[in-house]
Amino acid sequence: MQRSNTYIILFSVVLTVVLGGLLSLASVGLKPAQDKQVELDTKKKILGAVMDISSIEEPNELLALYDKKVKSLVVDYNGAVVTTDTKGNTIVAEKVNIQKNYRFAPEDRLYPVFKFMNEKDSSKVEAYVFPMFGSGLWDWISGYLAVGNDLNTILGVAFDHKQETPGLGARITSDVVQKRFEGKEIYNEKNELVSVKMVKGEGNANLTSHEVDGMSGATLTGKGVNEMMVNYLTCYQGYIKKVKASRSSVAVN
Amino acid sequence: MSTEALEAPEVKEEVKQPAEALFSKRRRRIVADPLNEDNPITIQVLGICSALAITIKMEPTLVMSIAVVSVIVFSNLIISLIRNLIPGRVRIIVQLAIIATLVTLVSEVLKAYYFDMYKVLGAFVGLIITNCIVMGRLEAFAMANKPYDSILDGLGSGFGYAWIILVVAFFRELFGSGSVFDFKVFEAIGLSNFPTNGLMVDSIGAFMVLGILIWVQRSKTGYVEH
Repeated sequence: MQRSNTYIILFSVVLTVVLGGLLSLASVGLKPAQDKQVELDTKKKILGAVMDISSIEEPNELLALYDKKVKSLVVDYNGAVVTTDTKGNTIVAEKVNIQKNYRFAPEDRLYPVFKFMNEKDSSKVEAYVFPMFGSGLWDWISGYLAVGNDLNTILGVAFDHKQETPGLGARITSDVVQKRFEGKEIYNEKNELVSVKMVKGEGNANLTSHEVDGMSGATLTGKGVNEMMVNYLTCYQGYIKKVKASRSSVAVN
Repeated sequence: MSTEALEAPEVKEEVKQPAEALFSKRRRRIVADPLNEDNPITIQVLGICSALAITIKMEPTLVMSIAVVSVIVFSNLIISLIRNLIPGRVRIIVQLAIIATLVTLVSEVLKAYYFDMYKVLGAFVGLIITNCIVMGRLEAFAMANKPYDSILDGLGSGFGYAWIILVVAFFRELFGSGSVFDFKVFEAIGLSNFPTNGLMVDSIGAFMVLGILIWVQRSKTGYVEH
């Protein structure tokens, strides 16, 4: 049956309004639950960089643990603490979008720092977790790097990626690969930043404390990880130096 | 596909008769055909793209199956309900709009309540929109049949897709990662050094499993391409 043009246009308008309305309703209705999931995911990664959280199933338990253990702050390139943005709003470290900041020049970015506090003495920092962001082979990769109280020894890493090849580059998210970073050091004896490098190939012997075994078939993803770590550790240098300086001045006093 | 076109006039005649049994022989065929003899993946060779992409492990595959089944069933139902209102000239766009809406809803719900899976499946949930099976069913069946039959047809095609990708995922996870639903099978039966096959993790593994599956199925049903 041939319908008139008016009917077709009317039908299309009504359909669009109905479907559009449905989608916006769903989007608004599900927003709180989605935000909570994203928050949970971020906190999971931060905790996961330092400790094994695979046994914690309950989301609320995880959030409680996070609140108990983690103190967060935001610093700029020079290591100065930033509390408000240009419009005067308070900045929450967990809400800082690393991916968005990645687009700015390093000097203009915001750098969240997550301090893992000692359970008994809450003034002592057990670990510092630095988020980072970079490019893998196909799309972005991101990570959380946890260093110990000495701001040198890596306690753990948690990487994420968007589009790396499953079974090859995507292995950066696997425990096996991430465990390789544990105990490695980011500074050399002369106190210069050298970061940690993932080498080419797998099963390499005699790795130094600045090298980790690579992933066979995913050298380019490894390179992306290396670049990301050097870039962001360089950016966090300002903060790291400040922390170290404040410690030595305390020691002198 | 041609069978539906032939069935269409038949349906009109049946309207005059007393109500057809809820699971009459014809209706059982609507569900059963796509499971085996008219399977969307192995016979019609539709939806191959997602069958390769998300079948590395069982769990995401199961979530994907549920998503596809619900999208097919609901889009079939909606299109069938408004089939007499849809202007023929814009019917493809209408079908697409409805599929896209349903898929977006599924994606939003996953993001809100099943975030880990949302991250794993990522773009593939959105790509259900382009899954030829969904639109194929709307165009070939729901546009010409009543709502209840369309639901049955959606279930048939959906499960026809689901069981194939679940079988593919089973073999790929078993041999590629040595596990089923992340349960380490080989370690559990004392073969902890069983070598996993990297080929299975790659899309090539899916092609091979799918090929073998089609071979086994066709040698049983005797189906030949013309």
